Amino acid sequence: MSDNRQQLAGELQRHGISRRTFLKFCTSMASAMALTPAAAAEMAEKLVKIKRQSVIWLSFQECTGCTESITRADKPSLESLIFDFISLDYHHTLQAASGDAAELAREQAMHDNAGKYILVVDGSIPLKDGGVYSTIAGMTNLDMLKQVAKGAAAIVAIGSCAAFGGLPKASPNPTGAVSVSDIIHDKPIINIPGCPPIPVVMTGVLAHVLTFGIPELDDMGRPKAFYGDTIHDRCYRRPFYDRGEFAKSFDDDGARKGWCLYELGCKGPTTHNACATVKWNNGTSFPIQSGHGCLGCSEPDFWDAGGFYKAISTGIGKPGQWATGALAAGAAAGLASAYLNKVTKSKAEKDHQEVTLEDMGGKHE
Amino acid sequence: MSTSFEQGINTLKQVIDAPIAAYFSSCTNCGLCSRACIFYTETENPKYTPIRRVEPMRRIWEQEFTLVGKAKKALGLSKEVTEQDLKDCVELAFESCTTCGRCSMVCPVGNDIVYMIRRMREGLTAAGLAPKSLQDAAVRTMEKGSVMGFPMKTLEAMVKAAEKETGIEINIDKPDVDYLLLLSSAEVMQFNEIIASLAQIFKEAGVSWTFSSIAHEAGNPGMHMGASEIEAQMINRIVQAAEELNIKNVISPECGHAYMAIRWEGPNVIGRPYPFKVYHIIEVLDKLREQGKLKTTGCELERITFHDPCQAARRGGVNQPQRNLLNMVSSNFIEMKDSQACNWCCGGGGGVNTIEKAEPLMKKVFNRKRNQIEELDVTTVVTMCATCRNTLEEGIENNNMNVQVLGLTELVANHLLKEKKS
Amino acid sequence: MNEIELLNWARGPGLAYATIIMVFGLTLRVFEILSLGRAEELAEVRGSGVSDGWKMIFKRSLPEPRHWKLITASYIFHVGLLVIIFFFIPHTQFFRDVFGVFWSGWPNYVIDFFTVLSIAAMMYTLVSRFVDPTRRILSKMSDYFAWVVTFLPLVTGYMAFHRLGMDYTTMLAVHILSVELLMISLPISKLTHAITFTMARYYTGSSNGRRGIQS
Repeated sequence: MSDNRQQLAGELQRHGISRRTFLKFCTSMASAMALTPAAAAEMAEKLVKIKRQSVIWLSFQECTGCTESITRADKPSLESLIFDFISLDYHHTLQAASGDAAELAREQAMHDNAGKYILVVDGSIPLKDGGVYSTIAGMTNLDMLKQVAKGAAAIVAIGSCAAFGGLPKASPNPTGAVSVSDIIHDKPIINIPGCPPIPVVMTGVLAHVLTFGIPELDDMGRPKAFYGDTIHDRCYRRPFYDRGEFAKSFDDDGARKGWCLYELGCKGPTTHNACATVKWNNGTSFPIQSGHGCLGCSEPDFWDAGGFYKAISTGIGKPGQWATGALAAGAAAGLASAYLNKVTKSKAEKDHQEVTLEDMGGKHE
Repeated sequence: MSTSFEQGINTLKQVIDAPIAAYFSSCTNCGLCSRACIFYTETENPKYTPIRRVEPMRRIWEQEFTLVGKAKKALGLSKEVTEQDLKDCVELAFESCTTCGRCSMVCPVGNDIVYMIRRMREGLTAAGLAPKSLQDAAVRTMEKGSVMGFPMKTLEAMVKAAEKETGIEINIDKPDVDYLLLLSSAEVMQFNEIIASLAQIFKEAGVSWTFSSIAHEAGNPGMHMGASEIEAQMINRIVQAAEELNIKNVISPECGHAYMAIRWEGPNVIGRPYPFKVYHIIEVLDKLREQGKLKTTGCELERITFHDPCQAARRGGVNQPQRNLLNMVSSNFIEMKDSQACNWCCGGGGGVNTIEKAEPLMKKVFNRKRNQIEELDVTTVVTMCATCRNTLEEGIENNNMNVQVLGLTELVANHLLKEKKS
Repeated sequence: MNEIELLNWARGPGLAYATIIMVFGLTLRVFEILSLGRAEELAEVRGSGVSDGWKMIFKRSLPEPRHWKLITASYIFHVGLLVIIFFFIPHTQFFRDVFGVFWSGWPNYVIDFFTVLSIAAMMYTLVSRFVDPTRRILSKMSDYFAWVVTFLPLVTGYMAFHRLGMDYTTMLAVHILSVELLMISLPISKLTHAITFTMARYYTGSSNGRRGIQS
């Protein structure tokens, strides 16, 4: 089966994808990652020559939102062309096969492309109680991940769940959900966080991996091309932030005028993603532009960051309650210390000897 | 001997109260207190910074009365106060501090530093470290009846002389009169014209008064040492006299620390309120002036200024009466640039002028007073404290200044309008 | 721990611990002071001293003009800290969350101005601890420690807002942690004066009032 693949050029033609469309794809991917125009040409050149790269996509504790984002089944987008350049040998939602046949296809692809296939993971991996909270074909996510990762050339953790644990990890984390990098330590891992990630981010990174290899990553394994800046760095509402003009509620004057949403809980300043530049739905808009603060969905633990509608400068939890408790405890300790002080004083009183004239060399009266 | 290092530490534990704890909690080591202290400003030696004078007491407060301090001590982060620490403190608490209280006025967090120094002295005395000169003065005061050690006979002789000079009878141990008059030793020995002056003033005003043979001394070395129990003995003598003679008003004379001792510290050290009132002599004269019973004639025409004794004015609260009286007898009264509560100490009070070791330092710090006087271009400085008078005269002489020093009572008496025939 | 985990810790458990220690510690200190009591005044007073005590809390804030350089520097950073802490807009959000009370913040350029001035003023007060003979003989480790924990929030806050130094998430975490360090230091250092100065001024004012002396 492995050598049935022809060079891509032929395949594309047969699928009715014109060279023009193909070049548009390459240019769009390259420019999204701020690569040079030469890189776009290089990408085009390389992509047509490769045999289709084997990709195994494992879906663990996830909501399928990442797949939805990348495919947009109701409206095939430029991004979805990536599926023409890869051989998606296993994907729960997109594959035709099911049951044992699907698992067999996976194992076959692993065997045929050992050491060379790309493993894509979405969803977190539950660890509690032996990992029983998410299983596929009777196998826990944990076991499947370890098994499939062995022969992978690289792993792409798509979505905040796979990259950082995501929603399942939110306090109190009943399933013991963890990220891919918490389990696999001996393979290169690219994290593409987001809930979901932006379509072009996913396909752009995959395209880069296919053509130029693993892109430059930051300290959290995220491609710097898309996650190098924060939303705040590129937000078009910055002038209002700088001027201190904030919307105080979702329907007040400031909100209508499109003022900064800091006070309404926007996590833009601490969130790394490309939403402010690339935007969503083919560049239509992004949350802030629609009047809602950034949730910080591409950062770890964004569900436990204090609340979507509380500013970053607030505390997480209820400081007021702690303070009241501390006041009571301080008073109790204060009374204890007061008692000790009184004891010291009484003892001093008791031990006191009167200073008399005799001490000064005079006669005792 | 009941004084010892252990007693010193013990006493410091006793005197630390809520105000002192608040003061130590709030001190930020800003250093502003030094700028208000003549012992720093005139020597530029930072060891005289006021808050440093109570450092041993601060350590005891922290180690004995705060949980954080107890923990620090247990962890070895805080050293216990040693006997040497107390010995080193004597120079700072006695020999270079007049307890003038200017430091308390400038502290930004509101610390009453002189209040703390007074209590530091309490500990040092209990440790047996009070300056010998003060100890001797205390013994003399109780055994002989006066700080300088002269017996009642000496005062009787002064009284007779004044009677002869004025032709007015002066009472000793007379009951049921308006006022019991106390005098400081310095007044009796050096400025005894005050006896005649007062006899005349009181005669014209129509008030009755007496001395007491068992309690004529206003001075209180017990307070200077910070020996509250000895201070109480001296106060109790006066209380006994007033009670036995059934007198309702006691006069504290022209002396700073005497006023502080009998007016403010007295009831607190004897443990009960007085059955009588206490006034500074200047307060009495001012009251008489107000009632129209003190009439004067003539005015000093030369430029005159006033030196406020620290314990009576800044720390004692007698600020206005002296000014009322001065304005009555002077048409050219000029305030010092820093006057009233902001005036500067002469450098002699608080026991300092009795300590031989402190003499060179006293001379040095007088520069502040000298500058104050010289910038006014006056030839007369008036004051209402005998110790200040002595210190001023000495300083003026040392600096070859052409200035005379007068007591306020004496000045008023000089202008007394005598209507009643003697 | 990555930077966002550090930030969430600082905003969560870190803030909790710091708040507890600060409130517990300051309450304890106040009790310890009051427990030592104050002797009854047995002399005949010229006034009750109560109103004088309260007035002194404010009156002693009037600066003595004699030592204007140090006092000016000190006032600049004290006022500056108050302005920055209570009127920087993100901080007003914090207080609204904690106290449920909201007041308007001031423009960022005003806060910037106060921050720069405060930093300069604090540098002056630090240098004077080495240069001024009185302050040099008085200054101990605890004074320098207090300076550092007060200075760090100013500098890290400025750096965070202006995107200087480390990346914003880390810088913000460092700033919040430095504030928590300051909070913890309050009850165990001379910074307690932030609360107890009112007590000190009251006691002195009231004893002055009883004796009718000027203060």
